[in-house]
Amino acid sequence: MAKNTKKNEGYLSSREIREISRKNRKITGELEKKWKRKHVPESEYLTQMKNPENAVEFEDLHTWFFTDAGTVKSVDGVTFDVPIGKTIGVVGESGCGKSVTSLSLMQLLQRPQGQIVSGHIRLNLGDKAIEISNTPREQMQKIRGNVVSMIFQEPMTSLNPVFRIGDQVDEVIALHNGEGKTKEQIKEETIKALEMVGIANSQGVYRMFPHELSGGMRQRVMIAMALACHPKVIIADEPTTALDVTIQAQILDLLRDLKDRINSSIMLITHDLGVIAEMADYVVVMYAGKIVEKGTAEDIFYHPTHPYTIGLMASKPVVGRQTDELYSIPGKVPNPVNMPDYCYFRDRCEKRLPCCDGEYPCEFSLSDTHKVSCYRCDPKYMNEAGKPDQAPDGEGGR
Amino acid sequence: MKKYILKRLLMSAVILIFVAFLIYVLMRCLPTSYLEQVARQKSMQPGSKSFDEWMAQLSATYGMDKGIIPGFLAWCGRAIHGDFGDSWKWTVPVLEKFNDSVWISFVMGGIAFILEILIAIPLGIIAATKQYTKVDYTITVVALACFSLPTFFFASLLKLVFSVKLGWFDLGGLVGRNYEQLSAAGQLADKAHHLVLPIITLVVINIGYLMRYTRTNMLEVLNADYIRTARAKGLSERKVIYHHAFRNTLIPLVTMLGSSLPGLFSGALITETLYSIPGIGYVSYQSMVAGDIPFSMFYLVFLAILTLLGNLIADILYAVVDPRVRIA
Repeated sequence: MAKNTKKNEGYLSSREIREISRKNRKITGELEKKWKRKHVPESEYLTQMKNPENAVEFEDLHTWFFTDAGTVKSVDGVTFDVPIGKTIGVVGESGCGKSVTSLSLMQLLQRPQGQIVSGHIRLNLGDKAIEISNTPREQMQKIRGNVVSMIFQEPMTSLNPVFRIGDQVDEVIALHNGEGKTKEQIKEETIKALEMVGIANSQGVYRMFPHELSGGMRQRVMIAMALACHPKVIIADEPTTALDVTIQAQILDLLRDLKDRINSSIMLITHDLGVIAEMADYVVVMYAGKIVEKGTAEDIFYHPTHPYTIGLMASKPVVGRQTDELYSIPGKVPNPVNMPDYCYFRDRCEKRLPCCDGEYPCEFSLSDTHKVSCYRCDPKYMNEAGKPDQAPDGEGGR
Repeated sequence: MKKYILKRLLMSAVILIFVAFLIYVLMRCLPTSYLEQVARQKSMQPGSKSFDEWMAQLSATYGMDKGIIPGFLAWCGRAIHGDFGDSWKWTVPVLEKFNDSVWISFVMGGIAFILEILIAIPLGIIAATKQYTKVDYTITVVALACFSLPTFFFASLLKLVFSVKLGWFDLGGLVGRNYEQLSAAGQLADKAHHLVLPIITLVVINIGYLMRYTRTNMLEVLNADYIRTARAKGLSERKVIYHHAFRNTLIPLVTMLGSSLPGLFSGALITETLYSIPGIGYVSYQSMVAGDIPFSMFYLVFLAILTLLGNLIADILYAVVDPRVRIA
């Protein structure tokens, strides 16, 4: 499909657009039908976890958007695990596929354009494991909000303006945990959930509408809603981006505290390296739909290896260092419709080598946990590049 | 709340006085004058007074010998006591004529209004939830067709098919030939039978706009963040659309429907004329053409009152459906 767009970048004749959208409809139509099936036998989406210690395993996930301008490969071969009880941070600049990865796990992609085209997402339900990419809608609705829940980045618009806070939280509890409970019992649980996220006036807030609360309070309500059913996996999609710094710290403390209390895993998506340093056990760095580097927080912050990670580290302000201008990575991300076949970061990379002209580098292991997709880590070219560089600021992110 | 409504009502009264004054001025300036017509007829009779003499006499009798402002004040003085005078054209009290003709329009408009809502809103929602599918395209095209059809053309088409070719309905009128011989129930059924075609015309003409409006609003709401939140909670698609999205779509719809309520009393001039139904639209048209000042004044001021009330009702309903709007 990308062939159509190749000739003249950005410009498509109406005939080409028609052709693309016809092809897209064919592909998405089939996937949509599969998604909307009813009464699917469980065997079709049951699977085995590779490692039972993991809550979620992403394996070679491809999530594409079939738009009229061509196929956007938002997530293109992403592999990483979310261990039980750990926090995993996903970092990268805007549009690199962080949110799309998490939305794939919830099957909340903008349909019908957004589709998981291949790869696996295995979700550990405790006694069994399911393959999210094969799970039909009916089944998915039992998982959302119950096993996996999500905190969105926009607290101001993520609550329904016409319903009371209490009703919105009650709804989740009644849906997943409400069997045999009376309205009063559900209300009690909601009040408890609101208190758990540090809302003092929980009885009052229960009766309020979203517009009567501040951004921080609304985000607390969102968190209360997400945690109400004690999910195994919490996806926090930039939970603090819309909030000011003091509230940000409170919300992060709250998340960490709650995670320990109900022993769930957090998938923390952000572009704020400070937040990641504070929260994450493992870090995944994404660039243009692919993972360029992953490892423990220590690996990433003390030994960043991929030039992109190093660039990210260098472009954050450091307390106590005097600079006139903050560093920024030069150049821009390649056109998502028409990705090159060489390393996506090549044209922006300051440490480019002759071997970088080859095809997209595969993943190289620096240690058991630390994996990098860069030719500079390929043993074959090690001599050429010298020892992989350390971050300019060895202090890392703390 | 009470204070707000009181304030709004007082404001409406002031607006109403100005509207009434404007209408009065326009009515007095109309090129057709009822009095002139009568005076001309009388002066043509053999041995009669001259036109000017007749004119002076009639003006005095009908109270039109005063200037516009004293005339308006006199009208206001009588109107406040509920005395709207006698209609010149129909030669009965204005209120009586109005009462005779308004209810049939109201019933016709009311049924059409309810049908429109019942058909257009669900269709609009379906079109929005199935955006860019065959269902959506079909609904949108049909809506556009309904929207663009001129009333006179569509009414003629209906008459041709159902009255002339199939003979299911009478061509026009509110009652059939043997209406007087029917029992009470039979008379009602006869009237209902005659209203079928006009109501279909009204519904089809108006449905397109409401449907497109619903579709647009629903689409906007479906893209909102809180709909994604609702899905992320694990709610079924039905619940997401008909509970979470629909309540939000209602907000703009209520404003629109609230302000179209007065339309129920204004009648449907074209449709009523085409089907020769003696509703208020038809009657008021004839009154205006004849230059019947008392009837037209009453009718237009009545509509102005309804419009003002409709706006007030829409504002109050707005606060009912949208918690962010609080009336203080």
